[in-house]
Amino acid sequence: MSGAMRTVKVILPYHLRTLAGVGAEVEVEVSEPVTVRRVLDSLEVRYPMLRGTIRDHVTQKRRPFLRFFACEQDLSHDATDSLLPDAVASGEEPLLIIGAIAGG
Amino acid sequence: MSTVRVLVGTRKGAFILTSDGKRKDWKVSEPLFTGWEVYHLKGSPADPNRLYASQCSGWFGQQIQRSEDGGANWTPVGNKFTYEGVPGTHQWYDGTAHPWEFKRVWHLEPSLGDPDLVYAGVEDAALFKSSDGGATWLELAGLRGHDTGPHWQPGAGGMCLHTVILDPADPGRMYIAISAAGAFRTDDGGKSWKPINKGLVSNFMPNPTAEVGHCVHHVAMHRERPGVLFMQKHWDVMRSDDAGENWQEVSGNLPTDFGFVIDVHAHEPETIYVVPIKSDSEHFPLDGKLQVYRSRTGGNEWEALTKGLPQKDCYVNVLRDAMAVDSLDACGVYFGTTGGQVYASADAGDNWTPIVRDLPAVLSVEVQTLA
Repeated sequence: MSGAMRTVKVILPYHLRTLAGVGAEVEVEVSEPVTVRRVLDSLEVRYPMLRGTIRDHVTQKRRPFLRFFACEQDLSHDATDSLLPDAVASGEEPLLIIGAIAGG
Repeated sequence: MSTVRVLVGTRKGAFILTSDGKRKDWKVSEPLFTGWEVYHLKGSPADPNRLYASQCSGWFGQQIQRSEDGGANWTPVGNKFTYEGVPGTHQWYDGTAHPWEFKRVWHLEPSLGDPDLVYAGVEDAALFKSSDGGATWLELAGLRGHDTGPHWQPGAGGMCLHTVILDPADPGRMYIAISAAGAFRTDDGGKSWKPINKGLVSNFMPNPTAEVGHCVHHVAMHRERPGVLFMQKHWDVMRSDDAGENWQEVSGNLPTDFGFVIDVHAHEPETIYVVPIKSDSEHFPLDGKLQVYRSRTGGNEWEALTKGLPQKDCYVNVLRDAMAVDSLDACGVYFGTTGGQVYASADAGDNWTPIVRDLPAVLSVEVQTLA
């Protein structure tokens, strides 16, 4: 059941910013409870070109070279239906989507 | 005055090179899709300003981009490539069963008549079709569902469907090629497929003349003679005069018949081009000399084309989709290297000049001849 709407800040990696044509930080409206899954759902509705870039189209699994961080915590291995920290849900802190550092 | 537009896909983005019909002075675009691998770009023959590009990344997966204005502006379109039904397995390098997994789009082939219809050859090998300008993609599953599918194996570059050729005389007929399964043909618009590898001999295989398993690197056709095909196999240059039913080797006097690219002159269906590469273990030209070889007899008799190409200390490769021809008179020939050079010849290969020298490694080259 959906609750009140929250404005959540998301920081995207460079290549997804250029793909979506946005700056480093975007804001999306997310209905409570605020979870990674719901943030990504909202993000993909607002920026359809991001579908398949952060999580697999079919399995919805996080792509292996990406991680989720917030409030100095690595949330990558949490269940995507887990509640995000209050500071993220309230818009004080962003959810960071980080690409693995790799060269070449 | 005509315009020539060369579409170049590289390991770190795409570039569009333009010139007038003299093909002497070139304008090089700013990089497109910077930092992403661009395996292929191609324009619609029915609407040359409609371009498609395959953009991919190990981090973020596959994107398809579309342009309506010849590449000035691009829009991401559909990137959902889902195998039809339960994907099943093919053979892995070690011979064990391995599930089919989508990795990237190697080749985009727009329809000859409908700008919204485009085919995508992908890794792991399958053919997809979009009828709405790339917004949605459906697999033509009859190919992967062929009886031999579970026995297909990847080549060193992955199990890629890299060649898609549409028959201009028969809308139902298409040819595709897969490394390392071989060449296939459909005569019913992609519902059913037939391996067309009779005459190919691949000595690395337990049965060198098996129906499938051949590492076909590229196939080319002249649009006015769609039943005649030319193939650069892993080793061997081959031709077929009966739509792939039978192949004959035409390597002739080539110094080495290993290579990746092959293409046909725009106006002379018996004039073909290859770039010999030393061997499957050493992917660079013989003796450090970059040489295009041309046959004016449909194979067997070859001449080296060297004017303007480096004849010492050259150790680049020319990948399978990185050669193309324009349709001007004289025919222009273009190829790109893993060293980032794009070479052009405005006289059918007699003389070459680099358009650019320092791009990222070139993955593909396509050419559009615009009125």
